[in-house]
Amino acid sequence: MSLVSIRDVRKSFGPNEVLKGVSLDIAKGDAVAIIGRSGSGKSTLLRCINGLETYQSGSIVADGIEVAGANTNLRELRRHVGMVFQQFNLFPHLTAAENVMLAPTVVNKVSKAEARATAAEVLAKVGLSEKMDAYPSELSGGQQQRVAIARSLAMRPKVLLCDEITSALDPELVNEVLRVVEQLAREGMTLILVTHEMRFARDVGTKLVFMHHGKVHEEGAPKEVFAAPRTPELQQFVGQVG
Amino acid sequence: MLQFSFWDILSNLLIATQWTIVLSLIAFFCGGIVGLVLLFMRTSRIAPLEWFTKIYIEFFQGTPLLMQLFLFFFGIALFGVEVSPWMAATLALTFWTSAFLTEIWRGCVEAIPKGQWEASSSLALSYIEQMRYVILPQASRIAVAPTVGFSVQVIKGTALASIIGFVELTKAGTMLNNATFRPFLVYSLVALIYFCLCFPLSWWAKKIEGRLNVAR
Amino acid sequence: MSYKLQFAELLPYWNVLLYGLVFTIVLTIVSTVVGIAVGTAGAAARTFGPGWLGRIVAVYVELIRNTPFIVQLFFIFFGLPALGLKLSETTAAFLAMVINLGAYSTEIIRAGIEAVPKGHIEAGLSLAMSKWEVLRHIVLNQAFRKIYPALSSQIIIVMLGSAVVSQISAEDLTYAANYIASRNFRNFEVYLLVALAYLLLAMLTRSLLRALGRVIFKAR
Repeated sequence: MSLVSIRDVRKSFGPNEVLKGVSLDIAKGDAVAIIGRSGSGKSTLLRCINGLETYQSGSIVADGIEVAGANTNLRELRRHVGMVFQQFNLFPHLTAAENVMLAPTVVNKVSKAEARATAAEVLAKVGLSEKMDAYPSELSGGQQQRVAIARSLAMRPKVLLCDEITSALDPELVNEVLRVVEQLAREGMTLILVTHEMRFARDVGTKLVFMHHGKVHEEGAPKEVFAAPRTPELQQFVGQVG
Repeated sequence: MLQFSFWDILSNLLIATQWTIVLSLIAFFCGGIVGLVLLFMRTSRIAPLEWFTKIYIEFFQGTPLLMQLFLFFFGIALFGVEVSPWMAATLALTFWTSAFLTEIWRGCVEAIPKGQWEASSSLALSYIEQMRYVILPQASRIAVAPTVGFSVQVIKGTALASIIGFVELTKAGTMLNNATFRPFLVYSLVALIYFCLCFPLSWWAKKIEGRLNVAR
Repeated sequence: MSYKLQFAELLPYWNVLLYGLVFTIVLTIVSTVVGIAVGTAGAAARTFGPGWLGRIVAVYVELIRNTPFIVQLFFIFFGLPALGLKLSETTAAFLAMVINLGAYSTEIIRAGIEAVPKGHIEAGLSLAMSKWEVLRHIVLNQAFRKIYPALSSQIIIVMLGSAVVSQISAEDLTYAANYIASRNFRNFEVYLLVALAYLLLAMLTRSLLRALGRVIFKAR
């Protein structure tokens, strides 16, 4: 059974339909890389999965919770579905550790001490043990993004959504973030990544999804899809980007 | 005893409103002229002029407008000049307005990038010429919204002239209340008239500000 | 000038002035604390609350911001008793101050909330926090940090504006000045002294708020 199941999802912003019937199944332990041009609907799809955007028809079920409209128990859903953003979105008034501790203490009512222990653990995992008490403004972009990943991990999510998490980084900082994601994938964390890093998608992904004009245009095992794209659109896209 | 109908009250208030408007206009325009002079002094980089404006602004922004009205009313009398409430109110509101407008405008002048000063001075423009041809045309664009916004404060400020006996809207309200004993009606109407004067200006100021933000 | 300023004639009234000064200070502190609480609630309602509540708050804010404080004061003190709500001078003064600062701080705090990047709110939501938890733990702190200077200026403006409460015989610093002037007829001396007292109070408040801001927002 799939951990995230997306069935014929349609979504419009006003007259502009950005998702035109998307279906996708993601199993536990998958690392799905979603690629495609800007405007192809890939970020919107990701934001629909944790309820940041609503959609008009179809269905999304994530970890047994149906994501649909106002009745959805978003709080329960988001405890299991983490998200990392392009712009990091660290809370500037809190230290790295406090950023990580916030949701466990506020949402899960975990004690400060316990939350701090968790924070130490997840920050170690992303290689930032010595930056626990640094404020976001004192960290590089790559470090900030790693804190953001740790912040999501502290909630022990079943799925982690990554929305172009290296796009806002200087080129020399991209790898430190990708290495963390790669390690998570190896540990079996279920990942859905919208990304422009083609090599990363090929080497780390267990599944590749190419979105085009609001639809899943092509999908399959990354190495095969990249080696032999079936559609001219993907051929062209791979030719341009790679 | 004289009977006042609703329309008697309203028409009396509206007549007094004329004086609120006149006093506001005079205070705003005279305050604007004084403020402009002060702005040149404040940004002149001539120490004594800057110090004078700083103290001037500190005083008029740091003391209650009501105190300023009292000081003008009783202060001028010390020179043996007969002071009318009208004169004291005009003077106090003018100086008070000028202090705030100077500070608002100084903020706008300082928002203009340093490079504009450097470029214009490298073209051999004098300070006055720099202000006249380069800085003020740019600063005035961003100054419109806060200036219009402040005009609302001026209108509301004129209400205090009632305390030294100048008959404008608020004073008329007090007098009508004493005559009719209908405070709820009278002060509701007074507030409503002020609102009708001020709200369009507030709304306009906000609109200009919004448009400017989009343009940037 | 033939007139001689005689400040010595104010000396016998030092206790009246002191009482007025304390009244003005307490009035300012209480209305600041309560007014900012009102403003925070108002701003939260306008940005995070239901639409109908936001519109009610918007009407309150615009009504207060577009009418003179003295008229608000008269309305509360003279107008409300007609509806059966009789307030003492002091209560009316405090109430008017709170209502006034509440409206201005609603607008200031709302601007601060709206300046918080949308991504921070989304990040909070996607960490399973509720709207109100996001507001409390993520948004308000950043908002207050940003608008603290504007809020400080407004507190000083309201403090100076409080001179008007003397007109309903609330016994503030200006009331003390009026009282002394009516006794010894040294109008100019009294008002000059009291004006300088306000000036000192304004400068002191400004430094105090600045120091307080440094303590509260010391991080970063």
